[in-house]
Amino acid sequence: MNNINRSRRNFLKTGGALALGSTLPISLVELAFAEPSQNFSFAYISDAHIQHIKGNRFVRNWDRGLIRAVAETNLLTPKPDFVMFGGDLAQLGTQAELDHGAEIMSALSHKVHYVMGEHDYYLDLGAHWEKLFGPQYYSFDHKGVHFIVLNSIRTYGDWTYKRWPTNEQRMLEMAGLDNPNGSPFMVGDEQRKWLKADLAKVAKTTPIVVFSHSPLQKIYKGWNFWTEDAEQIQALLKPFQKVSVIYGHVHQIQYNQIGNISFNSVMATAWPWPYPASYAQAEQYLPKLTVPMNRADPFFERDATGWQFINVASGNVDLNFSLYNNTDRVVRFDKIRKHPEDKDFQDEKARINPQRHY
Amino acid sequence: MARINYIITTIAVLGFTLSLNATQADEFTGADEQRWQQQFMASVKQGRELWTSPTLGSNGVACAQCHPNAANTHPETYPKFQKQIGKVIPVWEMINWCLRNPLEGQPLAADDPKMVAIQAYITYERRGVKLEPGKH
Repeated sequence: MNNINRSRRNFLKTGGALALGSTLPISLVELAFAEPSQNFSFAYISDAHIQHIKGNRFVRNWDRGLIRAVAETNLLTPKPDFVMFGGDLAQLGTQAELDHGAEIMSALSHKVHYVMGEHDYYLDLGAHWEKLFGPQYYSFDHKGVHFIVLNSIRTYGDWTYKRWPTNEQRMLEMAGLDNPNGSPFMVGDEQRKWLKADLAKVAKTTPIVVFSHSPLQKIYKGWNFWTEDAEQIQALLKPFQKVSVIYGHVHQIQYNQIGNISFNSVMATAWPWPYPASYAQAEQYLPKLTVPMNRADPFFERDATGWQFINVASGNVDLNFSLYNNTDRVVRFDKIRKHPEDKDFQDEKARINPQRHY
Repeated sequence: MARINYIITTIAVLGFTLSLNATQADEFTGADEQRWQQQFMASVKQGRELWTSPTLGSNGVACAQCHPNAANTHPETYPKFQKQIGKVIPVWEMINWCLRNPLEGQPLAADDPKMVAIQAYITYERRGVKLEPGKH
């Protein structure tokens, strides 16, 4: 797989690479199967948090992160089969933010599939987002892989419909990551029922890739690095031989293996988040497998942000993190140990000081 | 009578002053500690409000957007050599860097009650963590 990545990098159009600088970071997802002609790749961009100030002004910093991801994705040659957007296109779910984000994304010369994030949702419960991007949850098949997109950031009906006097306040309460007035994310009964019916039509040998905004595993409830009904979703996915869950929301590198299910997070284009362990008052469960990303240097505006180029080898995903101001990372599925591992830093002795978080 | 009253008053004033001095020196009660804690927590609360406020800077960005629960601010490591600035600085200088850059706002004076409150909040979130001045 590594060779494929290298050759793919070499395919980058020289003109574009020159325009962007000498090193062009790329992160793509490539799915490789027993039959190499079936191999393909896709790019993954997430958590842009386009933020409206007023009038025609938006927060420049977040705009730049998304604009760069779009420009770099367009330079990939050969082209990825499609692009995923992992949710939180907007910061406060307004039409101005979603429209501005959609316009930046419209520069992509690829088909884009969208995932709903809480920052897109809690103002109008996804009404404007649906007009732009389509249904909130759906599935599609591509070259022998069954892809599923869930809206995993819903929550209890009481919180959504009865707690807040205005939709604007509901959005603000959920937008604060550490806000104790928030509520745990969940997929919910309606989508779990749909998921069960959707999976019933799929052969157990078909590789499954699930896209959600929140982790479909429980890491830290205080910041919603969490999905309340994660175990129920995992149980529905358990009968399948190869399952990958790819999620946004956390703005950092995480990966894990639970039974047959590989979990990988993706980076934000907007800003990085601390690992929950660096909040001294928190009880958290970051997967032991995860080698953290490097601590961010705020003086480099784009440090610890980026996008992903993902390869899926025989139905398992390999993530290539394209980090704007840092060394790229590769987390790939190890076929012998049957879990994701970092290509360079997995061994305790291989880790470097910037990966120490406290 | 007037003379006696004067003497009594003098003794009373002296006695009051003495007892007041004694209290000020080294005696405090649980009620005092509670009051001081309340004062401190009021500053922490103000700091938390500023931390999550979209109006502290000029572009709507709040400190908490990048630093939920003030994580990754490490007040227990200051003063320290801030490599990007090239000298040893206290934490409030780093807070001002953030106010000027990601928040596109104006810096606060070191003794501005808002700056004190922000420091009270971020340090409170790190309560229980040992002091490690200079640590990177």
